[in-house]
Amino acid sequence: MAGGQSLAAYILRRLGWLVVVLLIIATASFFLMRFAPGGPFDKERNLPEAIEKNLRAKYHLDKPLWKQYFIYMGGLFQGDLGPSFKYRNRTVNEIIAESFPVSAMLGLYALSLAIIVGVATGTLAALKKHTAFDFAAMSVAMLGISLPNFFLGLILLLIFCFKLPLLPAGGWGGPDHLVLPVLSLAAPFTAYIARLTRVSMLEVLSQPYIRTARAKGLTEFRVVTRHALKNAITPVVSYLGPAAAAVLTGSVVVEKIFAIPGLGSHFVNAALNRDYTLVMGTVLLYSLLLVLFNLMVDIIYFFTDPRVRL
Amino acid sequence: MFKVFLPLILVPVIACTAITLTTHRCQRAEITYVSGPEPETLDPALLTGALEGRIVAALFEGLTQYHPKDLSPTPGIAREWRVSEDGLVYTFFLRESCWSNEEPLTAHDFVYSWKRTLLPETAADYAYQLYYIKNARAFNEGKIEDFSQVGVCALDDYTLEVELERPTAFFLDLTSFPTLLPVDRKCIERYGEDWTKPGNMVSNGPFRLVEWRINDKLRMVKNPYYWDADQVRLQSVAALSIESINTGFNLYETGGADYLFGLPLPIVQVLKGRNDFHTDIYLATYFYRFNVTRKPFDDPRVRKAFAMAIDKGEIVNYVTRGGEVPAKTLVPPGMPHYQPPLGVPFDPEEARRLLAEAGYPAGKGFPKVELLFNTSEANKDIAEVVQQMWKKHLGVEVTLVNQEWKVFLSTVKNLDYQIARGNWIGDYVDPNTFLDMFVTEGGNNRTGWSNPRYDHLIEMAASEIVTRKRMDIFQEAEKILVEDELPILPIYYHVSFNIYRPYVKGVYPNILNVHPWKYMWIEREES
Repeated sequence: MAGGQSLAAYILRRLGWLVVVLLIIATASFFLMRFAPGGPFDKERNLPEAIEKNLRAKYHLDKPLWKQYFIYMGGLFQGDLGPSFKYRNRTVNEIIAESFPVSAMLGLYALSLAIIVGVATGTLAALKKHTAFDFAAMSVAMLGISLPNFFLGLILLLIFCFKLPLLPAGGWGGPDHLVLPVLSLAAPFTAYIARLTRVSMLEVLSQPYIRTARAKGLTEFRVVTRHALKNAITPVVSYLGPAAAAVLTGSVVVEKIFAIPGLGSHFVNAALNRDYTLVMGTVLLYSLLLVLFNLMVDIIYFFTDPRVRL
Repeated sequence: MFKVFLPLILVPVIACTAITLTTHRCQRAEITYVSGPEPETLDPALLTGALEGRIVAALFEGLTQYHPKDLSPTPGIAREWRVSEDGLVYTFFLRESCWSNEEPLTAHDFVYSWKRTLLPETAADYAYQLYYIKNARAFNEGKIEDFSQVGVCALDDYTLEVELERPTAFFLDLTSFPTLLPVDRKCIERYGEDWTKPGNMVSNGPFRLVEWRINDKLRMVKNPYYWDADQVRLQSVAALSIESINTGFNLYETGGADYLFGLPLPIVQVLKGRNDFHTDIYLATYFYRFNVTRKPFDDPRVRKAFAMAIDKGEIVNYVTRGGEVPAKTLVPPGMPHYQPPLGVPFDPEEARRLLAEAGYPAGKGFPKVELLFNTSEANKDIAEVVQQMWKKHLGVEVTLVNQEWKVFLSTVKNLDYQIARGNWIGDYVDPNTFLDMFVTEGGNNRTGWSNPRYDHLIEMAASEIVTRKRMDIFQEAEKILVEDELPILPIYYHVSFNIYRPYVKGVYPNILNVHPWKYMWIEREES
């Protein structure tokens, strides 16, 4: 009971900090964005002065910077991220609502695949230490970490779309559209998790309590799944917080190669287009996710590791 | 451990899989084309880009429309028109047609639409396309508030009278242009900013919008209430929003699309012999600007020397290699009735003589200069070759500087450069769309150059109604620009690349690269 209360208090405290962090990020990115040279209405063809004036008035850019800041923050507190400067008939809320689920789905599949394959491979490699399997699995993992995912994406495209026309080369909609992007996105994470699991598993397997478990006559499968994995997976869990955020941000390139309508392209293009509100929206969303994922990891620790006190 | 951990992953995965498997997938459209990056808007008053124009031209129709072969203005919603002798008053007689919701479309809709485009609060980038109309500019600038003073008026439901500031020879080209398309008042008043969403949008063109997902795709189906629906043979068109041209090409090559506008430049060479590859001269010019307000480019002899020291043939043959055409003028070829001036030839000897005359024999004493371009491989490759040519032929050292796009634009706008890359795509088929850029203080001039005679000629051309005389005036003006004064250095004329399947019919090459979906059809050979 006492533990439950302290957990609730802990979560509340962290959420309180989250608001402070987001406020700082919003303020910093608001001003940084405005100090970058060039503006949202600078284009190859110059606009007549009167028209630029109309545009600036419409988006409040004619007001002093501090006033713009308060207008923006006022909207933000009501959950309104403002209109996009580039996509003239859309609001930032709308763009995020439409694009984020796509990135999230892609990231979720990639991360799940990475965890399942990574943990399984790492565990097997640890159990079969110094065998051909161990060596092969870890070499592939090394390759997975070092290969940039756009390169892997292109190789997969070449094989599964051009040489063997089995899968679509891009787009979004059906399960077949998911295969290649999920594989390209998951590869480096799978590799990292596999290596992490192997090292941690090797350490755990040498612990006295594993010897005790074996001595009790438990099957090797039971020893590994019930006793060893439980502790060996702790480093993997702590990696998942940043990994989840990295999967979402790292999908920028994969989304581009496979024409996936996710948030990734906005993340980059909004800054290039000086689409101030869209930049703020994506930055805030990613910050929020990063903090939340880390919080989630800490909560998982609380349940899985009795040594952890929040 | 797993009791906490597994459900955290498994529940969302199962949910996502269920969503993916149960989501309804539309049948493939009759034509699927790769449109390019996500359209910025589908509001005709607000749009500025070619890819948006291509979609909007399928959804809406103006008073006139482009002839698919020669781009001449042909009757659209206006079945005919009369132009007063002084070329100032256009009377359009509208046909009885209706919106995609079967409501009648009248001359009042055009008055409403043009007023909306001009209202300062609409903040339309291209409102200046209407500045040719009497008092339109003053209204857009907020100097007059009474729209009845603007030269647009519905004489009755089907007669629209337009009074211009000056006879504008290309006005009928403009009436096909997206900014002047009609929009439905009731729809806009009802849905506000959301009126362009599928389900809300009411349009009057050959197609209507049924689906639009951001960064994904947009789908249009035939509009049965379009006045010329019998001519429309395609039942549906899908536009894929794909940012990367390489991805677009992959999709085309693997059968995911039937039509692709533009190609990744490195593979143009490989595709040249194929029967689905089509290229044509495009109404666009790649050039360099000189900042004439600063030494050493305040001296026309120096600018001319720099122009004469560039072998443009070498650039198009060995650098760009897409079939571009070396340019000596700003106005691209293919402009009807227009005979461009000769421009300056590649003549290193004369270039050296001019540079010596300007006080820099063999480039001695020539100050450090920078050539600025926006970051891109293509721009860099060209700049490197040009840098070599200037060094070889003039003995001048030029440093290359690249900047990110928006920074570049701001630098050029503030005249904070010496030589900068420029590019211009024409809006309509008339030399004016290129030449009026360089009038004194013109918003797109960005060189600081000013020539009273040039300004006067452009002004004269705007009031001239006899085509031959107008074209002579333009020729004289362009001669000043590219032979005498050279605030710019034309490098090449662009070409358009289209790649489409042989069963796509009704595509005609033209310099605007405009290919209305209305006239296309699919014809598969029976196997």
